[in-house]
Amino acid sequence: MNAKTSKRLNMKERYRIMTRDLGWEPSYQRYEDIFPQEGFEGIKITDWDQWEDPFRLTMDNYWKFQAEKERKLYAIFDAVSQNNGQMKISDPRYLNAVKLFITAVTPLEYNAYKGYARVGRQFGGVGARIACQMQSIDELRHTQTQIHAMSHYNKYFGGMHDFPHMFDRVWYLSVPKSFFEDASTAGPFEFLTAISFSFEYVLTNLLFLPFMSGAAYNGDMNTVTFGFSAQSDEARHMTLGLEIIKFILEQHEDNVPIVQQWLDKWLWRGYRLLSIVGMMMDYMLPNKVMSWAEAWTMYYEEAGGALFKELERYGIRPPKYADQTVIGKDHVSHQAWFIFYQYGHATAFNTWVPTAQEMDWLSEKYPDTFDRLYRPRFELLAEKAARGERFYNDALPQLCQVCQIPLAITEPDDDTLLSHRDTVHDGERYHFCSDGCRDIFHHEPEKYVQAWLPVHQILQGNCGGADMEKVIGDYYRIEMGEDNLDFEGSAEQRRWAAWKQAV
Amino acid sequence: MSVRANYANYRGPVRDRVENFHGNQLVYVMWERHLLFCAPLTFLADPAMTFDAFLAEVLTPALAPHPESEALDFAEAQWRLDGEAFTPRGDASLADNGIGHKSQLRLITPRLSDLADAAI
Ligand SMILES: [Fe+2]
Ligand SMILES: [Fe+2]
Ligand SMILES: [Zn+2]
Repeated sequence: MNAKTSKRLNMKERYRIMTRDLGWEPSYQRYEDIFPQEGFEGIKITDWDQWEDPFRLTMDNYWKFQAEKERKLYAIFDAVSQNNGQMKISDPRYLNAVKLFITAVTPLEYNAYKGYARVGRQFGGVGARIACQMQSIDELRHTQTQIHAMSHYNKYFGGMHDFPHMFDRVWYLSVPKSFFEDASTAGPFEFLTAISFSFEYVLTNLLFLPFMSGAAYNGDMNTVTFGFSAQSDEARHMTLGLEIIKFILEQHEDNVPIVQQWLDKWLWRGYRLLSIVGMMMDYMLPNKVMSWAEAWTMYYEEAGGALFKELERYGIRPPKYADQTVIGKDHVSHQAWFIFYQYGHATAFNTWVPTAQEMDWLSEKYPDTFDRLYRPRFELLAEKAARGERFYNDALPQLCQVCQIPLAITEPDDDTLLSHRDTVHDGERYHFCSDGCRDIFHHEPEKYVQAWLPVHQILQGNCGGADMEKVIGDYYRIEMGEDNLDFEGSAEQRRWAAWKQAV
Repeated sequence: MSVRANYANYRGPVRDRVENFHGNQLVYVMWERHLLFCAPLTFLADPAMTFDAFLAEVLTPALAPHPESEALDFAEAQWRLDGEAFTPRGDASLADNGIGHKSQLRLITPRLSDLADAAI
């Protein structure tokens, strides 16, 4: 080093030393032995130095920023609990969205933390490794702060007490769980395409915005504050998502068809997963933000459309079956809520028939489908409930081998016929909800033949026997009459009324 | 296609092999355009059970919550099995009817009430 160099490094040098300079050329071990997962997916990297660091952040600064965010966040959590924040929500039915979030989404944050820690170890390029390391720590922080945000509600409301246990067992939580495990058991480049690009870049606005704005519209200060705290992390994650895709595509033309197949797969998987967000927006929020169909138009068709236009120059076309998502936007939220309503004895939240006012909102938002198909169903259910015959389906549903959602979604060209595909592989029959899920299976059958389908597991006797009450109570730990069933007449409703009277 | 794995000849356990169901098999039934049931239903059944017994003991109780179940007459119904037109023999076993593990039956009934307008 030149003696005249000042001791203080300028930003650029400092950045170089704290990131790229952390790597070295191996001299006595083979590159393939150090990074054994980098090659098997068929992705060709010719020059890791072309990687543009998306974060422009060094570890020491990262700690400083994050600590500052945490301080602000926990100050607000304290204030909320001191001021009985649980009583400021719009309506106790709102809490069901929080219950869905903590059981279905928070465990995904934890899986993201594990996933980025793993893939961050697997890349030869230092820039990619650092980006994954920071994101990994972010995701752990999201897990923790979400748990803390919601722990206040857990003191007053049911359904949140055993969320990691439920995530591993409960039938509908196998949908997010299997989604993420599909990504985590893929190679490192597919993982980043799935989670960083398809999920965080393309679809994140359809997951976090609805929950965070839903919280804002319904008086849930903790979730809103968590959302703000995570926002700058998410901005980094989105940048990584775009960078990884462009980087892979620029490295070698042979990468293009591999990436295209991943984009087809993960858009479809993400879309199916987001059906639960659709139903949350249209049915679970007492004060609505926007409809699922509006959100899909704005964030997928418009924003996603522009993005895929931009990727055209790499030889990428819009994901396969994207047209089916556009047809489906008028149906999936209703069909999803309908699943949960009839299996509402096996859910860790309450379900209900929408009020007359809510049905009018749905008619207005879904002029082509709601009055024709879904209103009559809810009216029949309301009648049944009024007669004391609240409908719970005691027979188990048929599930899709890939997305694990009950086959409750109708054909794209026939909205009164349930969509169903099947195939025989190695002498065994498999069933799917759609062309998209069937294609995913055909591409990697060895993976999906292993799917842990909750219905089949129950019927094999692996979930505590044949008695459904025992499966729900002992195996899932959903407390009968406390966590589940209709909101009307629920423990939640009774307690809320008593608290309101007390203030 | 085949999975791209980190080592050659990757295989995993087939989790829903019939052997895992302790002598029973799975049968799925979709009552077409009867969407009060959100999805086709999954049943555990003995392959030696007759088709008539399957209808009476397994399917009928499951369909009972539907308002049209009283008007439902299996003699008037049409069936499909794994995508093909199918005429069941009531006194033959599921196995002898060709209803295998994880077969899907479709039940197609004539119009039974006004609920059909909204495919309920
Ligand atoms: Fe996150
Ligand atoms: Fe993220
Ligand atoms: Zn599916």
